[in-house]
Amino acid sequence: MITKEDVLRVAKLARIQLNSQETEKFQKDLSAILDYFASLQELDVSGVKETTHSVQVQNVMREDQEATGQKTEGLLQTTEQKDGFLKVPSILP
Amino acid sequence: MDTASLNISKVQEGLSKKEFSAAELAKAFLNNIKEKDGDIHAFLAVSEELALSQAASVDRAISKGEALPELAGVPMSIKDAILVEGLPCTAGSRMLENYIAPYDATVIQKVKEAGAVILGKTNMDEFGMGSSTENSAFGPTKNPRDKSRVPGGTSGGSTASVAADECLVSLGEDTGGSIRLPASFCGVVGLKPTYGAVSRHGIISVASSLDQVGSIGKTVEDAEKLFHVIQGKDPKDGTSVAYHELPPKKSSWRDFIIGVPKEYFEAGLDPQVKAVIEKGIDRMEKQGARIQEVSLPHTKYALASYYVIDMSEISSNLARYDGFRYGKHVKSGTLLQEYEESRGQGFGEEVKRRVMLGTYALSAGYYDAFYLRAQKVRTLLKQDFEKAFEKVDVVAGPTAPFLPFKLGERSADPMAMYLADIYTVPVNLTGLPAISLPAGSVQGLPVGLQLIGKAFCEQTLFEAGKLFEQIQSNG
Repeated sequence: MITKEDVLRVAKLARIQLNSQETEKFQKDLSAILDYFASLQELDVSGVKETTHSVQVQNVMREDQEATGQKTEGLLQTTEQKDGFLKVPSILP
Repeated sequence: MDTASLNISKVQEGLSKKEFSAAELAKAFLNNIKEKDGDIHAFLAVSEELALSQAASVDRAISKGEALPELAGVPMSIKDAILVEGLPCTAGSRMLENYIAPYDATVIQKVKEAGAVILGKTNMDEFGMGSSTENSAFGPTKNPRDKSRVPGGTSGGSTASVAADECLVSLGEDTGGSIRLPASFCGVVGLKPTYGAVSRHGIISVASSLDQVGSIGKTVEDAEKLFHVIQGKDPKDGTSVAYHELPPKKSSWRDFIIGVPKEYFEAGLDPQVKAVIEKGIDRMEKQGARIQEVSLPHTKYALASYYVIDMSEISSNLARYDGFRYGKHVKSGTLLQEYEESRGQGFGEEVKRRVMLGTYALSAGYYDAFYLRAQKVRTLLKQDFEKAFEKVDVVAGPTAPFLPFKLGERSADPMAMYLADIYTVPVNLTGLPAISLPAGSVQGLPVGLQLIGKAFCEQTLFEAGKLFEQIQSNG
């Protein structure tokens, strides 16, 4: 069973705010799922190479040609802007 | 107009013989949506204006006597994880509730060029996380075959829209079974193509090494036609490959060796589902197919391996939803607070669960035990299939371990929901193509048979699928 502190640490890393009810539920859920994942430890995987992509392609190249880009306006539709930059709150409190 | 009896080739025939116009066809299906979707809730957005303008341009081409492209006038729906310019694209999440797609996904460009008529965007589990479409922030979709039950997920809106005759075909997206499971539950055909066969540009990313767009239809032929339109290499998706189709050379069951993995028929499979699948395999054998038992010994580790990889990739992909670049933004003070509150309020429960587990699995000290080990198990699963395919042409088994379940039945316990994916996830981990075919029913509830092929052997699956439809229609 992982601890409540573990849940809060992971939530902090993932930048997700949880309320106390969620923290309690996720402590239970995450523990059960991690227990299920533990079955992977039964297998001997020494000498086995990992597969990152099922269909491997390497060094995908293309012609260095000018092309029309995406529609900037549409891509920025949900952002708040100031002087042509994205506006965010100050990073240092 | 009898919309239920239509398929793509009948649409083409009807249009060219001027039995109906593309506009009449689009209106007939839009009318079906108006009549039925209040109950079923397959659609999150209906794009009547776009549909009618696309239909009008098909009708103009017909009146000028121009040759019709492959999907001319074909009314279709699109999973809400795929960008259609100018339409909302929510991925079933509050996070993207007000997001309007600024461009077309490559697959949408292709279906538009092929003359398809887009009727709307379909419901899904939030960001493709779930197995029942109950995790949509906008309410569940109901199974058209039995409205007290789920349609399966995550592309449940797409399969329900096809099953309910609200459209003819649909584009879904399959990360761990998201096309095949709901196709099985709704009694339609669903294809997950080989990884790389179809471009992922313009698809909302879930787990990038597993995601693949695929086709859904009432018949194998319709799913096949739609697949041929969307496949192909795309410079905007570096993982897409030039599709080198391997010809099937098969025209009757006598040409097929069907592998039946013993691990897919063990404890956990509902005996009623098992009986339907075994009957289907018996029928193939009676028609001359050679049935051979195969072993996929690492099957029992597939689900754990899948979920570790899925959640790890999710935690990375969903980092982009920071409250600033896309979607929901909660103003509360410092940058960190706004990140945490935007994500805390924008994401639903299952999304939070997976992002956190993925973050945990990738965090310092755990990487080797989880992510790296899961990817090594992925290699073992790949080798299992390679060995089986030395002896057989396709592998056959159930798509889902149980029948479509009641709404709410599995939503309290995440592990109970994950088990629905037990036979579908090995295919995503190994990148192979697979198709779910209607194989019969138990008390009116559809059961799907899954055929898995070698990489880039979609055509073999289509040929086997069409032969299977023939046996089914002969009773």
